[in-house]
Amino acid sequence: MKLDALTTSNGEWLRGTGPEADIVMSSRVRLARNLAQYPFVGRATEQERTEVEQFLHSRLTQVPVGGKLEYLDLGELEELDRQFLVERQLISREHAEAVGARAVAIDAQEQVSLMINEEDHLRIQCMHSGLDLHAVWDQVSAVDDEIESVVPYAFHDRWGYLTACPTNVGTGIRVSVMLHLPALVITRQIDKVFRSLHKISLAVRGLYGEGSQAFGDFYQISNQTTLGRTEQDLISQVADVVPVLIDYERRARDFLLQETEQNVHDQVSRAYGILRTAQTISAEETMQLLSRVRMGVLLGLIDDIDVAGINQLLVRTQPAHLQKLRGVELETKDRNIERARYLRQYFESKAADVN
Amino acid sequence: MRCQQCDKQAMFHITELETGDVREIHLCEDHARVYLNQAEANGEAAEGGSSSGALGVGQTAEELSELDQKVCDMCGITFFEFRNQGRLGCPHDYVQFEQELEPLIANIHGAVEHVGKRPQRAAPAPGAEPLPTATESLTSVIGLRKAIREAIEHEDYEQAGTLRDEIQQRLDAWRAAAEPARKVSPEQPGTAAGESG
Repeated sequence: MKLDALTTSNGEWLRGTGPEADIVMSSRVRLARNLAQYPFVGRATEQERTEVEQFLHSRLTQVPVGGKLEYLDLGELEELDRQFLVERQLISREHAEAVGARAVAIDAQEQVSLMINEEDHLRIQCMHSGLDLHAVWDQVSAVDDEIESVVPYAFHDRWGYLTACPTNVGTGIRVSVMLHLPALVITRQIDKVFRSLHKISLAVRGLYGEGSQAFGDFYQISNQTTLGRTEQDLISQVADVVPVLIDYERRARDFLLQETEQNVHDQVSRAYGILRTAQTISAEETMQLLSRVRMGVLLGLIDDIDVAGINQLLVRTQPAHLQKLRGVELETKDRNIERARYLRQYFESKAADVN
Repeated sequence: MRCQQCDKQAMFHITELETGDVREIHLCEDHARVYLNQAEANGEAAEGGSSSGALGVGQTAEELSELDQKVCDMCGITFFEFRNQGRLGCPHDYVQFEQELEPLIANIHGAVEHVGKRPQRAAPAPGAEPLPTATESLTSVIGLRKAIREAIEHEDYEQAGTLRDEIQQRLDAWRAAAEPARKVSPEQPGTAAGESG
């Protein structure tokens, strides 16, 4: 099955390549679209939802959207598999947890994800590793054009693309970049940065979108408004602020090295030590420690492991990934033991490689 | 804690102090925005006494409750239901509730006019019908489908059949209009087995 093949790959958002990949994990754009001939998902009858799903399924297989798409009926998937897709950022938590007819179509590179019957009938998402928003927009817009030629989108001259929630109406676009900002967290500048982002109407979210906490110093920056500005404008609004944030983070990292090298070296080494020796460890703690180790590698304080390896661990130690890798469903307690074992084995094999 | 209006996690915990009454409200980010924007619109109106027709602007409780009872002809959602859920029922709501939505949307986005991408098919003629003809006639299918369900409830199968034909016609018309844009397979949009009631 396709999902099992994904287990051993890293997924686009943690590939760890692309421009500014030491700080920018991924760039993502999603478009919210609805069919004109059906009520929005929240008000559709069960039958109407099923029809929307069937209609879009038949249409999406006709359009060339970046190669062959894998179509997954979420209702047929195990909960573990849905969680797995959430961890890879291919569907949202809401989409995973909802009921009724819903699906997702994913391309082989895991860059394009078409969510059917999420909050809107169709959500077109495209994601690249690193800072690459304009290329992402070109790709998502091309996919949108292809779909639009065979699907009657609900569109209004004045209001633009019509969405279930008025907060998405107009362009239906959400532009986000995921950033790794450990030095800004350690130097306690992060809140100040976020307050200034809010002032220019940008939203800050945790790793898994709305309502999720920012585990491991990973943050998503995205646009709040969707109406009255062009997509290019809204993309620039996010894209223009990212170099500033990168600069802040780099300066904070330099500051840590120059002013408090002993301290930061100690923190990083302790984090590394726990990851290599712990006997039981939660997903949250793992992410927090991996974040510190990742920074340590980038600062040259740790040299026997690479960033790509850390990125891989970030995704593989997530609950659903861990269970799929081990091929067995585990309770939280057992998962924490298994996670610790997985980490120890990983670092032991790395050490063996070095010797 | 869950949002009071949907299943998402509540991120905003609002305490409303009204005369002699303390009310706790727990909302997710989206619903909080809708809620706060509404409150702001109401607040500004109360202070400024503007008559811009904003949600609840200078309106009595009676007028407000009248507003809440407005119903979408297509999906049947009331404005009250929308205010509670923060989610609209169907694309036609944007036409039906245009006046009521305008101040709300202006508050959220700081704009009331879409600029940017348009479906190539929509061919926007300024001052034309609110929805591009193809979209509008398709949106009307939502109401027809609801009417079919009602007809079947009243065992009026003849009426249901007539309505079903009507839906088919509109979907066919869309397909004919869409065809020049792209060659599609002969199956119709949104028919599925579903229209059999």
